[in-house]
Amino acid sequence: MAVISLKNVSYRYPLEENQVIKNVSFEIEKGQVWGLIGANESGKTSICNIIRGFIPEIYRGELEGEVEIKGKKIESYGDGELASVVGYSFQNPFTQISGVKETVYEELAYGMENIGVPRDEMIDRVEKLIQIFHLEKLKDKNPFQLSGGQKQRVALASMIALDPEIVILDEPTSQLDPQSTEEIFEIIQLLKEQGKTIILVEHKIDLIAEYCDHILLISGGEIGMIGETEEVLTDPKVLTYGGQLPQVVLYFLERRKKTGEKGKIPLTVEQAYKILKKGGRN
Amino acid sequence: MAYLELKNVSYVYPNGYTAVEDVSMAFKEGEAVAIIGQNGAGKTTTVKLMNGLLRPSKGEILLEGESTENKTTASIARKVGYVFQNPDDQIFQESIYKEIAYGLVKQKMSHEEVKRRALEAARLCGLEEDLEEHPYNLPYSKRKFITIAAIVAMDPKVVILDEPTAGQDRASIQLLGDIVHKLAEKNKIVITITHDMEFVVKYFKRVIVMAEKKVRRDGGPREIFWDEELLRFSSLKQPYLCQLANLLGYRDILTIDELLEVDL
Repeated sequence: MAVISLKNVSYRYPLEENQVIKNVSFEIEKGQVWGLIGANESGKTSICNIIRGFIPEIYRGELEGEVEIKGKKIESYGDGELASVVGYSFQNPFTQISGVKETVYEELAYGMENIGVPRDEMIDRVEKLIQIFHLEKLKDKNPFQLSGGQKQRVALASMIALDPEIVILDEPTSQLDPQSTEEIFEIIQLLKEQGKTIILVEHKIDLIAEYCDHILLISGGEIGMIGETEEVLTDPKVLTYGGQLPQVVLYFLERRKKTGEKGKIPLTVEQAYKILKKGGRN
Repeated sequence: MAYLELKNVSYVYPNGYTAVEDVSMAFKEGEAVAIIGQNGAGKTTTVKLMNGLLRPSKGEILLEGESTENKTTASIARKVGYVFQNPDDQIFQESIYKEIAYGLVKQKMSHEEVKRRALEAARLCGLEEDLEEHPYNLPYSKRKFITIAAIVAMDPKVVILDEPTAGQDRASIQLLGDIVHKLAEKNKIVITITHDMEFVVKYFKRVIVMAEKKVRRDGGPREIFWDEELLRFSSLKQPYLCQLANLLGYRDILTIDELLEVDL
């Protein structure tokens, strides 16, 4: 059964003339990892906000169509109820830090305090998060003294602290260096293994290709392309919809133009290596 | 002669934390330089030292051959413009035009001059259609371009961009690359901190690698991305295409065309 279902969903922000989301329908099954891609301002964040219920609850505006989370209409969820099912990490980590806690340790516990997690369990979960997110050296610092990348790790960890079933990550690595980015993707892999359903908004397409099993490409508020990663991200049409292709795919597309070779186009460096070491043909 | 030079500069934050140690680098007019390295390597501290927001604890900084020690931050910043990592640290006006023009108005330039410079900067940054918008009506990624335009409008010799590629889509990254090149062509010095290695390969001929508070290498992208020991030490990775070339047993490849040439 689909855990997230949108049927003919359109949305217009208050006082705006045009809809930012236009008649979008799709279903996401439990345990899938979706890469939500597209140009800036194409509507990616609005879709996340709809699934998290911020639209129309907080942003108001005009929402049409049906949104169901775990088979239940989104408007029938209470505020706190939806928050514990759908976790959301904001695009700008500077907005996510609560601003009321003086240490990273307390910041991680803040969400749990709000929903009344027992103290022992809270401490247990915070300790685990510190380990998973490599926050040992940061745990006693003030969240506002952290660098952009460190803030981003703390913001993500404090969302995961609430153990939501559905995890929405809006550009979780935008401020991170390559190594910390890979660490976040390893955490995404871990969440996937725990059976979480994940929506990942991200521009780092080479990593999307490696970790996501499905792609939703939004273009001008509409679905540009949708499907399994290996179908969508090997198709040059992605570029015409404002998306990006992995380096390896770009290489293979150029290569095929010159050689006329046929067959499956690889998505990752590893896959490409396996094909090329056999002499380019599969 | 170098226009801007850091000589054995160290910086210790008031809480005792040493953020950069014995850093030296020099920049000539017309250069585009990328600074790469892990979060916490000292990149942002280094560029804040360049424009006088921070002052060296040790060593000295020369601007046009003169020490900046006794110069005011305002006078340094007129020559060395810094675009903050988080655009929201910088934006405070109610329209994009006003935001871009703010520094110019403050300098008591004529109305015509303000308009000419602000429009030129807006055009460079792809904002000419949005001038009357409120900055917060635009997404984070575009607000970054507003802050770039506001600094460029002031016409400093050195333009420092702190992680402009964060959260940018393909078209915006290309626009950033164009901005870097156009400014360098106008004989500006453009210093860009970035984590996007593909962007570095495509747009920069000189790259400075920082790790653990120090400069570890100052050179071309080819020598840097094919020095595996340096990359390991600095926690950096080869761009994906280099990784593929490496697995296939080739060396010193940077672009798709180069790999095609050796692998076909």
